[in-house]
Amino acid sequence: MRSSAPAVRPGVFREPPAWQSFLVHVLAVADAEARKLSHDPVELLTRAVQPTLWLAVFGQVMARIRGVPTGGLGYLDFMAPGILAQSVLFIAIFYGIAAIWERDLGVLHKYLVSPASRTALVTGKALSAGIRALSQAAVVYGLALLMGIHVRVTLPSVAAVLVLVVLGSALFSMLSLIIACLVKTRERFMGIGQVLTMPLFFASNALYPLNLMPTWLRVLSVVNPLTYEVDALRALMVRGGVSLFGVGTDVGILLAWTVFLILAAARLYPRIVV
Amino acid sequence: MGMPGDVSPEGAAIRTAGLTKRFNGLTAVDAVSVEVRYGEIFGLIGPNGAGKSTMIKMLTTLLPPTAGHAWVAGFDVGTQPTEVRKRIGYVPQVVSADGALTGYENLLVSARLYGIPRAEQGARIREALDLVGLADAAHTLVSRYSGGMIRSLELAQSTLHRPVVLFMDEPTVGLDPVAYRAVWEHIADLRRRFGTTILITTHNMEEAEEHCDRVAIMHLGRIVAVGSPADLTRDVGPDATLDDVFVHHTGAAIESGGSYREVLRTRRTARRLS
Repeated sequence: MRSSAPAVRPGVFREPPAWQSFLVHVLAVADAEARKLSHDPVELLTRAVQPTLWLAVFGQVMARIRGVPTGGLGYLDFMAPGILAQSVLFIAIFYGIAAIWERDLGVLHKYLVSPASRTALVTGKALSAGIRALSQAAVVYGLALLMGIHVRVTLPSVAAVLVLVVLGSALFSMLSLIIACLVKTRERFMGIGQVLTMPLFFASNALYPLNLMPTWLRVLSVVNPLTYEVDALRALMVRGGVSLFGVGTDVGILLAWTVFLILAAARLYPRIVV
Repeated sequence: MGMPGDVSPEGAAIRTAGLTKRFNGLTAVDAVSVEVRYGEIFGLIGPNGAGKSTMIKMLTTLLPPTAGHAWVAGFDVGTQPTEVRKRIGYVPQVVSADGALTGYENLLVSARLYGIPRAEQGARIREALDLVGLADAAHTLVSRYSGGMIRSLELAQSTLHRPVVLFMDEPTVGLDPVAYRAVWEHIADLRRRFGTTILITTHNMEEAEEHCDRVAIMHLGRIVAVGSPADLTRDVGPDATLDDVFVHHTGAAIESGGSYREVLRTRRTARRLS
């Protein structure tokens, strides 16, 4: 038995610059998530059901009514980016439950006692949620092509759409993580998740344009980040789609929201342990 | 109550001074001052609800103390948490290995989070798998592991970066005798090879008596006795056991205590490991 500190501290390595460690930690968390998905991809299939129902049932009926002024776009063309954004939202908004689950299991403790910064861990989770959402883009593109929706299938446009899907998913998963850190139990979380999704969806331009809304709803929609996600997707994803705010503005607002929510989540993340 | 320069935290693997944690008026850890020497196997023993897990969570930086101080490997857990995290390993009572990943992948995540240089990762992981006898199961999903294999993997995972101090919260709860023996062999092995200081909690007095160099008996958030099992039992009487020592110092039987949530957690862990 030794009575003084061990001379060598083999646990401590020469440290790379902070930004490099940050990147390694973010990618370590995201890579673990990607590996989990590759082991059990079944959930990706069940997630295809909802966007299919919205586009193939709701969308086709609404398209016949021709009741929504979509500015020259067919209703299905108008709606497809909205449904992609919606399915990203619906998955991401329940992402926080995974954190509660990881807490109950003890996986979370392992991350929190590691030297990785809380911001890196949480950013890794945001990126993980983004990776999970990519399958939704594949589903919506597939459906859109089958249904004759006029999607752009050029490399730059698809790449831009995927970036937006990851960004939107990161944003809403962080909102979800913040809620999870505050409510801490699955039961309370499910309740709040249910209450949040529909207002976020309906108070946005996913199904109908902003100028059709009563003023109070339009005010809510302009605050709602989902509106900017849809606005950018609409311009990038479908032929003839136009952005109301400009894609640059949309991306700027989404990025600002995401960074803000990541920083807030990083502060709250350790609280979930108790 | 800042600690003046007369303490030399470097001298002890763990040192606490008046360490206190209160939850909504309930005092879980009550002004504990204790010292663990480098290279010891130290047992924190007492019934469920004595405050052992809360102690460990403060020492591993998962919970901020309400009052008092703690140093681990010479660093203050309150003001230098990252330095502490680089030097510790932690196996929580709940199962911390990720069942949706393979054993190898679990270790890979840890290697990355602890900044083990890429060139060294493969060799470290192989060595760790060999050490705990999991080389053949490296690429099997952890959800298919037995309880003993899971604990062994968690040991490998929490020591991959060769921590100065390893914390284990009830490491053998729910294990069958064979797995129990294997876990203790690995722990002994770790200390032999790397001089690791090991702090475990247990409510099993026989386990503490057999394996710990020194123990601290906790009751209602306080430490009521500290010493080697031999010294403590000798003071109580001939043929005394640690159970007798506990009764002698607290006037209570070991079975008492434990909140609903703690009992639930213990049972859930036991169920998952069996």
